[in-house]
Amino acid sequence: MNEAYRYFLIFLGALLIYNILLIRFIALCPLIGVSTQVETSIGMAMSVLFVMTMSTTASWLAWNYILKPLHIGEFLYIPVFILIIASLVQFTEMFIKKASPPLYRAMGIYLPLITTNCAVLAAATEAVKPGFLKLNVAYNFSLPEALVYTIGVALGFGLVLILFACIRERLETSPVPHAFKGAPIAFIIAALLSLAFMGFANLLGV
Amino acid sequence: MDLSLVWKAAIALGGLSFIFGALLAIAYGRFKVETDPRLDELLEAVLGSNCGACGFPGCEPACEAVLSGKAGVNVCVAGGQKCSNAVARIMGVEAGTGKRGVALVHCKGGLAESAPKALYQGIDSCAAADKIAGGHKACDYGCLGLGTCKAACPVNAIYIDDDHRRWVNRNRCTGCGLCVETCPRKLIEIVPRDQQVLLMCNSADKGGQAKKICSVCCIACKKCEKVCDFDAISVVNNCALIDYERCTQCGKCVDVCPTNAVRRVGSGKDSRTRKATSAP
Repeated sequence: MNEAYRYFLIFLGALLIYNILLIRFIALCPLIGVSTQVETSIGMAMSVLFVMTMSTTASWLAWNYILKPLHIGEFLYIPVFILIIASLVQFTEMFIKKASPPLYRAMGIYLPLITTNCAVLAAATEAVKPGFLKLNVAYNFSLPEALVYTIGVALGFGLVLILFACIRERLETSPVPHAFKGAPIAFIIAALLSLAFMGFANLLGV
Repeated sequence: MDLSLVWKAAIALGGLSFIFGALLAIAYGRFKVETDPRLDELLEAVLGSNCGACGFPGCEPACEAVLSGKAGVNVCVAGGQKCSNAVARIMGVEAGTGKRGVALVHCKGGLAESAPKALYQGIDSCAAADKIAGGHKACDYGCLGLGTCKAACPVNAIYIDDDHRRWVNRNRCTGCGLCVETCPRKLIEIVPRDQQVLLMCNSADKGGQAKKICSVCCIACKKCEKVCDFDAISVVNNCALIDYERCTQCGKCVDVCPTNAVRRVGSGKDSRTRKATSAP
């Protein structure tokens, strides 16, 4: 397979075809919780992109240089990745607070939320143990591939979150039946959006 | 079972924890942001429920605003006088007149008093209704009664009855002013809490025309202006205006007003007002 085409496939697969929110239903909490306003969902999406890229890099390094050579990765990867993600987020929060107060104000409040977010852990895990690319069972991502994959996941997350927030903002002014107001209608919309995203399943016919 | 695996796992996880712990400890020391020690004291002093009634996104931004002088010591509207005093003590200034205001909607025309000129069936928002052909009310200045202000109120102090009249529960209202911005017709004002004589109209229409479309509007007859001994009420732009500094709340204007546009809140003249509000 052509090198560039493979990167493109990894990116597109993570972004749309195996969209983390609507196809795999990972990280539904921010989808419902942070999607009431477009502005906050953009902030959340940016923070997720930032944290995911960083944590995947660190996890990939930890997997390939510590866990795998010692043959302890299979049962220890979740605690190690959680540890890495939590520490990195804490560190980033402190760093941003000092280095760039405006960025901290825009992103800071979402960073603690992301610490234990399942999407971040899922991205980190799959960057080292790719699950959806059923090309080769023993396939391992190289670092650039892992990064492309992660950025695809994060952008897919942001795309859906912002789309969802737009719809919910519009719904605020719609005559939704009383029983469906708030979370119930949000779940119905998530289901419909998910159906729409399933249309990407055979996007490239591969 | 291979015991060396356990040791490897313990060392790897322990080592990583130690490294990250040390990293965070160093970072904490290095990247510590010098904050004003008063900030923590202020956070203790305010109510701390992040209600947003002050207009800041939370208690911490509000306290920062106090420190930088962008907000007064009475920033915590939900906390009231008690919080103002505490904040003032920390900031080393007098609490001053940190009196809480109360919201007033300058219109009392419901569907019965002020007839609608059209039937509105669009989205449930005053701003949207106002944009369509000048609103569905015949009066171009009055309340549209769709309750955008009610939705904005964090303490449920605004109540809208079936006739599209709105009432402010003065006990609940914290005077935060969040509703003021939401009204597309700028009808809401935060008035002093002890002010009971209030004008309930915003119409700039000439008397005759205003009277045709609303039974409780100010018709700019100037009776109140003439009867007032303190120059506290005057007709500006076809609508009376009360100067709260001068008003002694003697109630002469309330007695002479032919349309009941000037009212005493909590008086027997308007039983619904008394029911929904209560004298402070």
